[in-house]
Amino acid sequence: MLSYITRRLGVLFVILFGSSFILYNLAAISGDPLEGLRTSTEPNAKQQIITLTRELQLNVPPPLRYFIWLKGILGVFSGNIDFGKTRDSEQVIDAIALAIPTTIRLVTAATIIAIILGITLGIVTALRQYSRFDYSMTFVSFLMFSLPIFWVAVLLKQYLAIQFNDFLANPDISLPWILGISAFSGVFWSAVISGTRKRVLQIFAIAALSTALLLEVLSSLKWFANPGLGPVIIFILGIGIAFGVTQLSTGISNRQALNAAISMAVIGTISYFPAQWAFETSRPRLALLIMAVITIGFAIASANVFARVDKGAVIRTAVITAVLVALLVILDQLMSQWAPYMANDAVNYRPVPTFGQTRDWFSPVPFWTRTLDILIHLILPTIALTLISFAGYIRFSRGTLLEVLNQDYIRTARAKGLTERTVIMRHAFRNTMIPISTIMVVDFAGIIGGAIITERVFGWTGMGTLFNKAIGSFDLNLLMGVFFLTASLSVLANLVADLLYSALDPRIRVGAGK
Amino acid sequence: MALRKKNNLSESAGIDASENAILNKETEGLSQGQIVFRRFVRHRAAMVSVFFLLFIILFVFTALDYKIGSKDKPFTIPGWWKYGIEDLPELQFENCPNGTVGCPTIDAVPYFDGDGMMLGAHPFGQDDIGRDYFALVMRGAQRSITVMFIIGAIAATIGTVVGAISGYFRGWTDAILMRFTDFIITIPSIIIGSVVGYHFGNLGVIFLAVYLGLFAWTGLSRLVRGEFLSLREREFVDAARVAGASNRRIIFKHILPNAIGVIIVSVTLLMSGAILLETALSYLGFGVVAPDVSLGLLISQYQDSFTTRPWLFWYPGIFIISIALSINFIGDGLRDAFDPRQRRRISRKEREEARQIQRSAKA
Repeated sequence: MLSYITRRLGVLFVILFGSSFILYNLAAISGDPLEGLRTSTEPNAKQQIITLTRELQLNVPPPLRYFIWLKGILGVFSGNIDFGKTRDSEQVIDAIALAIPTTIRLVTAATIIAIILGITLGIVTALRQYSRFDYSMTFVSFLMFSLPIFWVAVLLKQYLAIQFNDFLANPDISLPWILGISAFSGVFWSAVISGTRKRVLQIFAIAALSTALLLEVLSSLKWFANPGLGPVIIFILGIGIAFGVTQLSTGISNRQALNAAISMAVIGTISYFPAQWAFETSRPRLALLIMAVITIGFAIASANVFARVDKGAVIRTAVITAVLVALLVILDQLMSQWAPYMANDAVNYRPVPTFGQTRDWFSPVPFWTRTLDILIHLILPTIALTLISFAGYIRFSRGTLLEVLNQDYIRTARAKGLTERTVIMRHAFRNTMIPISTIMVVDFAGIIGGAIITERVFGWTGMGTLFNKAIGSFDLNLLMGVFFLTASLSVLANLVADLLYSALDPRIRVGAGK
Repeated sequence: MALRKKNNLSESAGIDASENAILNKETEGLSQGQIVFRRFVRHRAAMVSVFFLLFIILFVFTALDYKIGSKDKPFTIPGWWKYGIEDLPELQFENCPNGTVGCPTIDAVPYFDGDGMMLGAHPFGQDDIGRDYFALVMRGAQRSITVMFIIGAIAATIGTVVGAISGYFRGWTDAILMRFTDFIITIPSIIIGSVVGYHFGNLGVIFLAVYLGLFAWTGLSRLVRGEFLSLREREFVDAARVAGASNRRIIFKHILPNAIGVIIVSVTLLMSGAILLETALSYLGFGVVAPDVSLGLLISQYQDSFTTRPWLFWYPGIFIISIALSINFIGDGLRDAFDPRQRRRISRKEREEARQIQRSAKA
């Protein structure tokens, strides 16, 4: 195992060396960084040319200059890595250090949502293979594959930002919208659950009616102008979550797990009141951290109280329920900031922005307003990124699950009389997750440098912006810095994915054979 | 519900056998190519996409005039559309909403809105200086389709050759070629596209496409290599070698035809990626540059006018999506057609017929 990893790391260095050499020379011969200055009429152009040539060692031919750059990178072994300087004689590593947090903030939520949504939909389509729902999801995912993100982004800006802001100014949902959304919800749920014709019609009616009712109530209460959940709704949703999580995690028939989950919903609702106080303390980050620890501690404790056999499953159920209910409480806290946020001068009743990462505040604002602001700025880019990336997960998890469902061990599991839930969740789903988890690792690494267009469209200043700047101004060191980070992450992720695969699937042995 | 499932299970063994019988009957006496073709024709979405794509290509490439020869006295092959991209007709502003200019005159709704369907003078509207937007979109679509096909052709050739050689010869050749592939695969396509496109975009669209194609073959070559590694161990290769066939002959005449399914499918998907890459690069300003036209460039030029003149944004986007979508569907159909494990869904009627035949055979 160790020798396998060492060998792989060796190959990894060779690959990084080769690809950076190719890109360096390609970028160097495709443009002259002094071109703009040569034709410039500025009086000190000549002086600038001389300075730049000296600073960036432009008089050395590119293949040799590459090794100067490489020497700086290899400094990583002696502890002082040097990515060189940008044209503005800033250290490249500083520029990257500034950009990375922004990019991570941009892509994390989108990736997680895409993974969860994609895998869920993929599994549902696989279980309903050849149904209308399957066909329409296939169409939707191909459509997503074919969408240029810059085009989606402009549509989102228009319809989700500008028109939604107009809607928020007067939050009345008109009748056609209520009818349309309810009909969609009815069609969606009846397609997902499916069954005999009578059952489909029943589900359609229930889903459509409840959606219409919900929208009508929200609209008449002006909920969108002043949103909030309150303890009662948190309690109702919490009980729903408890049942849902238990059903997926252990099955409703497991009373111990169900009791633990329900107790977590109740405790979560009670903790709503002390939480209000904790949110307003002077150190909200610390409060959140303590709350997280307490939540998980409570969940494990209550699971221990209820569980007699199979403790692990009960603890899992309780922890998931507790975390979800805690998120509801936090969501309520964010919603309570909505009205003052809207009224802020910088926001001025147009909350959903089309551009930028945060607002320019005219005066210092409290922690929760700032958090809400960051989240709201994330909405549009996250939706755009999710839309174009979750189609891949749908297709992949559908294909994998279908393959798994054809295996003999699934037939065996059914034959010994396990419930359908156990067969799907325990036998099929876990085996489906093995290849998917390795893809997720590679995906996470890939998108750090991959949100170039999204950043441009939504005016974020992350790695993509650095990259654009580097290309536009022939800034070789900056370009190589961005590339080197992206490439190292992606080759490392491939290594991790391989190791993960062998850890998850005992049939695969890495390094065996040779 | 549980009862129904149980029934399904007990029936499934019998159904499997009868399904196999139906499927086998269909492929009796057909060559592999014919089987694949039949399966493909049966894939409805893919067939619709094939005709749709052919229609778009014909529609787009015959729309504008072609000028061949010297600039002063060109020989013109006329297109069916009255304007070219250099014509400057007067900006129309009658009947336009909210005081905008150059709005589209197309009316695709028959009767219900009071008048019939019509094209009008400028069906897609006009741009800022009055150029006919329909002509611009046609030229952009021509560019994008050209780029797509060139990238596809170059990547298919290089990828197949590199993959075939390294998979067939193995050893050092394989190690060197695959390390080289790894080098290029590590560089994200948008980075390599930008570096190349920013400096060669102004040399013309063909140049851009060729350069992009030179870096797009890596994924394909890995696939082909894998396929060759397994195919070269098969008996028919041994037979050919014993019969005295040369390496070249074995590669191109014996193994390649067996790997063609994988190649075709992945080239199709590569092409749909290529059109998105080209539009994305043009959008960033690293691809096709003005005064030439491309769909991505049109969107990038007019994205800010979406609120006032949305048509400048809609039409190029719709063309990108329809081209990429139909190629994706064709790729899906091809994958199903080439997949030997792929089983067609058998309709209830066919199943009933098969059962009756069985019964009558028993009786």
